[in-house]
Amino acid sequence: MSQTVLGGDRAATPSGTAEVPAIRLRNLVKRFGETAAVDGVDLDIRQGEFFSMLGPSGSGKTTVLRLIAGFDLPTSGTIELEGRDVSGMAPFQRDVNTVFQDYALFPHMSLLDNVAYGLRVRGMAKQERRERAVEALDRVQLGKFVTRRPAQLSGGQRQRVALARALVVEPKVLLLDEPLGALDLKLRQQMQLELKELQRSLGITFIFVTHDQEEALTMSDRIGVFNNGKIAQTGTAHEIYRRPTGPFVANFVGTSNLFGADAAGRLYGRGGQFVVRPERLAIGWDGATPSDDGVTAVRGTVASVVYVGHATQVHVALEGGPAVVVLVGADLPGADDDLLGRSVAVSWADRDAVWLPDAA
Amino acid sequence: MALQTQPGTRPGRGTAPGTAVVPRARTNTFSALLHRHPRLRLAGLLTAPAGWLVLVYVAALAALLITALWTVDTFTGKVTQSWTLANVVQVVTDPVYQIITLRTLWIALAVTVIDMVIALPISFFIAKVATERWQKLLVVAVLMPLWASYLVKAYAWRNVLAEGGLLEWLGTPLGLHSPGYSETAVILTLSYIWLPYMILPIHAGFERVPDSLLEASGDLGAKPWTTMRLVMLPILVPSIIAGTIFTFSLSLGDYITAQIVGGTTQMLGTVVYANVGAANNLPFASAVSLIPIAIVMIYLFVVRRTGALENL
Repeated sequence: MSQTVLGGDRAATPSGTAEVPAIRLRNLVKRFGETAAVDGVDLDIRQGEFFSMLGPSGSGKTTVLRLIAGFDLPTSGTIELEGRDVSGMAPFQRDVNTVFQDYALFPHMSLLDNVAYGLRVRGMAKQERRERAVEALDRVQLGKFVTRRPAQLSGGQRQRVALARALVVEPKVLLLDEPLGALDLKLRQQMQLELKELQRSLGITFIFVTHDQEEALTMSDRIGVFNNGKIAQTGTAHEIYRRPTGPFVANFVGTSNLFGADAAGRLYGRGGQFVVRPERLAIGWDGATPSDDGVTAVRGTVASVVYVGHATQVHVALEGGPAVVVLVGADLPGADDDLLGRSVAVSWADRDAVWLPDAA
Repeated sequence: MALQTQPGTRPGRGTAPGTAVVPRARTNTFSALLHRHPRLRLAGLLTAPAGWLVLVYVAALAALLITALWTVDTFTGKVTQSWTLANVVQVVTDPVYQIITLRTLWIALAVTVIDMVIALPISFFIAKVATERWQKLLVVAVLMPLWASYLVKAYAWRNVLAEGGLLEWLGTPLGLHSPGYSETAVILTLSYIWLPYMILPIHAGFERVPDSLLEASGDLGAKPWTTMRLVMLPILVPSIIAGTIFTFSLSLGDYITAQIVGGTTQMLGTVVYANVGAANNLPFASAVSLIPIAIVMIYLFVVRRTGALENL
């Protein structure tokens, strides 16, 4: 994308200020009555980063987003925006904009007025704000629809308007609150790519809240996994997936087969827990355990077979160990009914076993 | 699993297909007939209410219109059914009735504006600021006066406005004095009595505005007052107009408050009342009552486009 209104002065800014984080949260706490929705979050989000906050519903990720936007004020702790403390400021005082889950488009305004709204309340002249709004709508392929009302648009189009409206005021940080949740799978995947591309071309910091681990893994530079109001782990998609630091992250991000302390002791003679991803497990249908070096094998019984399109999930109850899921890409050696209850061997390379740090 | 959708597909289940355990719905030919013929269904549903509407409202209004075109025999005091436009012409052209019409319009407008100004912040507070518990309590508090008799409320205001009454007692130290029984008293009392009818639709309007719209406005840089002006008010216009339809038309037809606290203030309603009762001139009363009906119809016609009629 060429130099644009949105990216204009940002592209001119040298990246020398990159050491100051775009957002810095220190010991952030938000209580609603008795419950702590956010319970001591420390987080640095770098400038120009695509950061995802991933977690199940009720894990505090949306509350953190609302605290950054200023819709709620923290019970304690600080929020810094590019080095400036904004903890107690109202939303209109913060250089941060939000794309809402329900898009929150103004129903009584045309698309043009919706997108120009932020410029209007900041006192920009009518002619200029119209030009910028049209340009922003053009960028999200809605230039033809400037006179339409939000009610006349599809979900995906509304989503684009919300994006254009938030970006036209050139925020330092863009907050996205599960913006793709209401779209169908195809459109969601397309929007994921477009968002990522937009973020790359604008260089604006994006903070993206989602409960969809696949979405987070696809789009993010870094991911913060939330659980019970705390951050369980922060890292790149690769780190989060390959090196989870606890059972929660291992289970929430992708499917994991968790081996408890007793299984670990029996198989490896050491304490602690480890996980193996389903696609790293191999299944021996004849029940013979391979004796290669660096490969561990356990016998088990097939409990169920679930076809998921690109592969088959085979659930195996291991002898003396946990029930595991094996992802089998190849064709199965028989009909499902024949396989059920069959005695098989499940094996994995020892380097694919990820040891979890002991819970403190 | 109790609900077996495909009986027989699982081995070990004794039930053969067809012998359902759950009873099937019995066939009902009449329901089926209605289901197949939507027009028949519509006719069945509409006949009674439509008949009632024609009988009670349309017929009554037509009778009123016809009566206005008759006249009263001054000698016997009986209505004679000879057709004349004299009543209507007199009501429209006589300066006395023109002034009363204008005064009634002014009172209804003043009541509407006062109620609007009071209702907006109250409804905003109830819908967007108060906690859920307080919301319920406040809505009940707004509704409570509606459960008390209209007459009791009007007489209560008569007391408040009386010489040496509450208003004088409160106002004297501040240099204010009670308006006494006057036009102002009518406006004050009507504003009080019809206020809930303004608060309820506006409150419902505020409830329908999602919080995220207000947050989005602030997020984009608007200060609270700007958000109120550019986002809240335009969305609320239909609800506000719905409220004004109540306060305006109710004030327009009122005669009790005017009699109790109005002193010598004449409104259209009091003229109708006097002509039905003391003057025994039903045709003329009908002619007078056509004025507020015409005004309200014009008002409804004007506001129809705002979508307010869907908000009643």
